[in-house]
Amino acid sequence: MIAIYTLVVGLALFFALGWSSRFAMHAGAPAHNKPIFRDMPLTASFGMAVIIIYVFVSIFAPVLAPFREGEVVGSQYLPWAAPYYLGTDKLGRDMLTRLIYGARNTVGIAFATTMLAFVVGSILGIWAALVGGWLDQVASRIVDALMAIPALIFSLLLLTIFGTSVLTLILVIGAVDSTRVYRIARSVAQGIVVMDYIEAARLRGESNWRLIRREILPNAMAPLVAEFGLRFCFVFLAISALSFLGLGIKPPTADWGSMVRDNATLITFGDITPLLPAGAIALLTVAVNFVVDWQLHRASGLKE
Amino acid sequence: MIEIWRMIGQRLLLGLLTLFIVSVVIFGATELLPGDLARELLGQSATEETLAVLREQLGLNDPAPLRYWNWLSGVLQGDFGVSMATQRPISDLIAARLGNTLFLALYAAAMSVPFSLLLGVLAALWRNSVFDRVSNAGALTSISFPEFFVAYILILWLSQSGIFPSMVRISSSTSLTDMLYSCFLPALTLTLVVTAHMMRMTRAAIINLLASPYIEMSRLKGMSPLRVVLRHAVPNALAPIINVIALNLAYLITGVVVVEVVFVYPGLGQLMVDAVTNRDIAVVQAIALIFASAYVLLNLLADVLSTITNPRLMHRR
Repeated sequence: MIAIYTLVVGLALFFALGWSSRFAMHAGAPAHNKPIFRDMPLTASFGMAVIIIYVFVSIFAPVLAPFREGEVVGSQYLPWAAPYYLGTDKLGRDMLTRLIYGARNTVGIAFATTMLAFVVGSILGIWAALVGGWLDQVASRIVDALMAIPALIFSLLLLTIFGTSVLTLILVIGAVDSTRVYRIARSVAQGIVVMDYIEAARLRGESNWRLIRREILPNAMAPLVAEFGLRFCFVFLAISALSFLGLGIKPPTADWGSMVRDNATLITFGDITPLLPAGAIALLTVAVNFVVDWQLHRASGLKE
Repeated sequence: MIEIWRMIGQRLLLGLLTLFIVSVVIFGATELLPGDLARELLGQSATEETLAVLREQLGLNDPAPLRYWNWLSGVLQGDFGVSMATQRPISDLIAARLGNTLFLALYAAAMSVPFSLLLGVLAALWRNSVFDRVSNAGALTSISFPEFFVAYILILWLSQSGIFPSMVRISSSTSLTDMLYSCFLPALTLTLVVTAHMMRMTRAAIINLLASPYIEMSRLKGMSPLRVVLRHAVPNALAPIINVIALNLAYLITGVVVVEVVFVYPGLGQLMVDAVTNRDIAVVQAIALIFASAYVLLNLLADVLSTITNPRLMHRR
């Protein structure tokens, strides 16, 4: 019964958000972009709406949250009642406040990590494709060797060696994921460096760095942006998994993965509170996937 | 036949080379640390004596290549060294748990592979129907779910009502049916996590083929759609399907880490997480090597199988 009820409410919310955000984006877009939003599938407009809401919440977290991030406001595991709308956690901190701050911490850290992986991976990848020769060979074989180890296992190994803190978490996941970005960036750039305009730019005497920045990157942007969305999902899930295992973001920082871990005992009593942060993770990943799916579909020029 | 064996031999050699490089990476990762590993592991407050003991135990006084050689020759004889946290031989710690983890992974594979192939073939057969759209949206959604979310939903739904246990208690005397029963929820979680990807790839591979002329020919001569798919499309789609199955079985290997922790399952993943928390580097290295070898071997197997199923690759000119 509860499952059916949840499903109906979820579908209603999905359609409401999807339609209204599509309408809003269509109305607000400049004239030459209107067709893009008119043909947008509902899944994509729903995804956009969810992403915008998350960004809004994470920016205005201190304004929206009823309490302070680490504040102990009552006894532990209080039920859902005002002023603690979602109850309290095992230390008596307000669940809603932690959820709102979690948007800022978890999503922010995942975003920073993805940015790091992208800057390092794409610059190295494009550089390898541009320079070629033995340098490309060496870099690519090293990346191959690193990719032969599953990402989560490799991250766990590196976290053991360097210790677990937020900074090492960002660096380790960023480094592991940059190998995946390197592969994509290199294969995209390989198609570009053989173009005539690159040859012309070389003859003009442009430096490698300028070639990467001004000639190759703008043309490699479309596939890289789609990859950024997918990569963000992987990084976000990896960081949540590590936090859930107690190896990622540590308390008192509010974070969705560790919130699930800390309050998991409630589930055995049939309380769904610990599922909320997990659901928040899932919802954002679904939303990003929907938008990326739409972008890929558009870029590939496929029609139904 | 000789060609097959030569091909398999070549792939095996390449696989061995990959394994060697992987072992170098796993061992050499400790060398990345600037400064002293022993001090890093024990913290600033450690005394000189404990540091010296740990250095001796890890063999840190020897040069790195010699240490690698000692480690590798030990590993090849089944001796992974001694755990720093428990002072027990690592091979004892691993031996019991390796079987449990393999059991869970195989259990999940036995459920997910037939299930996802069936879903994929049906979705391709009835493409653009309601079934196809629903299963596609469901697949995209479940790919995006963290494993622990799926696991807790299942616990809330199936374990609250008392149908399946939410914690796995098994010992070596547990019978197979009891094992299957008590491991059902973790296996189902893993199944749900990997099914989506396999199903989507199966569907895509078959739909790609359905556009080719020989499929149209078989349709024109009056074959039923199911027979067209099973007899003509699936055999030619085998190579990509085998690849994606192997990729997902390899994914199962890492997926077990989180799932084992949720269900308190006595497997390698649980042991690894504990070892990472204690910074027990020797145990982490041993388990990482086992997981990485399984990953490499599965990819190797997929490579060989997909070559054998494709005559164009077998008889390359």
